[in-house]
Amino acid sequence: MTEKSFWKRVTGSGLLLPVMSLLLVMAVNIVFDILSGNNPFNFFMITLQQTTSNGSVLYGRIIDVLNRGSEAAILAIGMTLVVSSSAGTDISVGSVMSLCASFCCMLLAGYGVSSTNELAVPLVVGVLGGILMGSVCGAFNGTLVAYFRIQPMVATLILYSAARAVGLLLCNDLIVYVRNSSYAFFGSFLGPVPTPIVITAVCVAVITILLKKSALGMYIQSVGINAKASRISGLNSRRIMFLTYVLCGTFAGIAGIVASSRITSADSNNIGLYLEMDAILAVALGGNSLGGGRFNLAGSIIGAYTIQAITTTLYALGVSTTQAPVFKAIIVILIVAVQSEPVRAYMKKRRLARAAREGGAV
Amino acid sequence: MRKRSGLNGHTILLLITIALFIVLYAGGCIAYGSKGFTHLQTFLNILITNAGLICVACGLTVVMLTAGIDISVGALIAMDCMMLAVGMRSGIGAVPMMLIVLLVGVAFGTFQGFLIGYLEIQPFIVTMAGMFFCRGMTAVICTDQVSITQEINATFYKLANMKINIPFGGYTNKKGMYMTPYIRITVVVALLVLLAVFLLLRHTRFGRSLYAVGGNAQSAAMMGLNVKSIRMRAHMLCSVLASIGGICYCLNTMAGSVSQALGLEMDAISSAVIGGTLLTGGVGNVFGSFFGVLINGTISSIVKTNGKLASSWPNILTALLLFVFIVIQSIFAAVRTRKK
Repeated sequence: MTEKSFWKRVTGSGLLLPVMSLLLVMAVNIVFDILSGNNPFNFFMITLQQTTSNGSVLYGRIIDVLNRGSEAAILAIGMTLVVSSSAGTDISVGSVMSLCASFCCMLLAGYGVSSTNELAVPLVVGVLGGILMGSVCGAFNGTLVAYFRIQPMVATLILYSAARAVGLLLCNDLIVYVRNSSYAFFGSFLGPVPTPIVITAVCVAVITILLKKSALGMYIQSVGINAKASRISGLNSRRIMFLTYVLCGTFAGIAGIVASSRITSADSNNIGLYLEMDAILAVALGGNSLGGGRFNLAGSIIGAYTIQAITTTLYALGVSTTQAPVFKAIIVILIVAVQSEPVRAYMKKRRLARAAREGGAV
Repeated sequence: MRKRSGLNGHTILLLITIALFIVLYAGGCIAYGSKGFTHLQTFLNILITNAGLICVACGLTVVMLTAGIDISVGALIAMDCMMLAVGMRSGIGAVPMMLIVLLVGVAFGTFQGFLIGYLEIQPFIVTMAGMFFCRGMTAVICTDQVSITQEINATFYKLANMKINIPFGGYTNKKGMYMTPYIRITVVVALLVLLAVFLLLRHTRFGRSLYAVGGNAQSAAMMGLNVKSIRMRAHMLCSVLASIGGICYCLNTMAGSVSQALGLEMDAISSAVIGGTLLTGGVGNVFGSFFGVLINGTISSIVKTNGKLASSWPNILTALLLFVFIVIQSIFAAVRTRKK
């Protein structure tokens, strides 16, 4: 009996699906490594490697997944909150990332300068400016959604098309390079660990503490489940919804800085391209309903890394960058189809029918 | 029972859209009259460039009426163009190739519609996967840019370059030659699609049930409508219209490449929203979407005629317009709820 209840607890947990998908991706890696005659646990191997610029650093496929998945994971945090509170998605985060990166690089290099070794303003000013720009974008989205009651997708569609373009204007239609090692820090290594991983960990820790130590997490969920009821019971629903958008924008700003620091430049056309899709996908893979309400932050973050693991695995299997989306699409559809209500109901009916048949036979 | 008045909030929104288009276009004519903006051909060029987008916007309107969304259309167009280009390069005729493209559209739409209607997965997720799939498939078919030249397929080439002259509105250019205004075959196709979808929404059982499902799926189900099937058919129709749009798009660009029609789905969605279609479903009109496309086209045309503005301005202006529109819409909605 205890065994059954354990099984029930496992299947009932919201984390089952994201963890299962991640394990599945890892299993594929192991099978592939065995077939190609490598060490079966190649995927999990972490080694210290000497580099000329950063000393000894951690190296391995799993580190790569954690590193490359940082932006999506950071975005997924904000996206989870937005989806939970407003039952809609913020499709502007990718563009906002690009805008923040452009703004930060413009501050650091000075307007109209396309390449610089010296910083025009202190690094802190540029980076904080970039992150603040994200908050401003978030506040804009939040105002439209919370106070003007516009559907989130339409409201964020504005910045989706405008933010990237404004970023281009800020950079005077150029790709601004900031060739300064202090700026490159956010995309390189902190000791042996890649900095993006550290930044992601800090973001996750801060938001977890915020949600766990204050009632904010509960408020967000309650607004998402029923905004009107929450307001009647004394919550300022609109302000909470607004706040989630500001948080989402801020995280987009952080992600933008990380992405731009990796390439030490502001490439407006390419930074954050399609990342909003990855972030939304991460939320969905994390077992969160896009219809709002209850959310599971850990699930979203695992979801983000799952997507990155899929991508890395595909590259390891020799699928080209442009063709990889086909497999991504098939995997996503399989995962969400299994998760869908009618399929679950059908499986349950079959299970019950079989149990009844067996019971009848005995 | 409240009598349906001729001029309710939604009609006013449509009128605002039309008025805005006229104001924008008139502004363009006044500012750039000397650069030939006043010629009929400028307007016809907007139609020619956006013929594909008109078809796509019609399809998106249909889906948005049922409170759905389809963001796979841009990638589907890229796949259509690539299929046409590669198919014709390998010697298949133009007509069979177009039929194949339409069939692929039907199959793709049916699958997406099945997932959305019968498995009840959120449209955004399904069509996002559809977008990834189509974009990736385009690369699987061919990663290079393939142009369709006269040698590859003469019929298709002739079709693309066919001019349909218009008997009025011509002008004499600097060299003293009389320029007859013309449209391409794609414009005819797009306008026919527009008319067909308009009639479908207005006068058929299916069209009316789309509004019912979008307005309130539960009451629609209680009325005896098959909500699942209607959702599926709406998505099918959207993909088919996108495929027709894809053929128009290909006739315009005469090439297939992986990065084609990037972000087209958002152009189509913003056109529909500017035209007064609500993403929550149940409210909308294809003519609104048509004018939305025209407004977008006019903005890019103005920026192009100016010649000095940075290429990012059309995006910013369209976004600004979208902003103004949705604020107006939200004010209308607020006023309406207060009246009740």
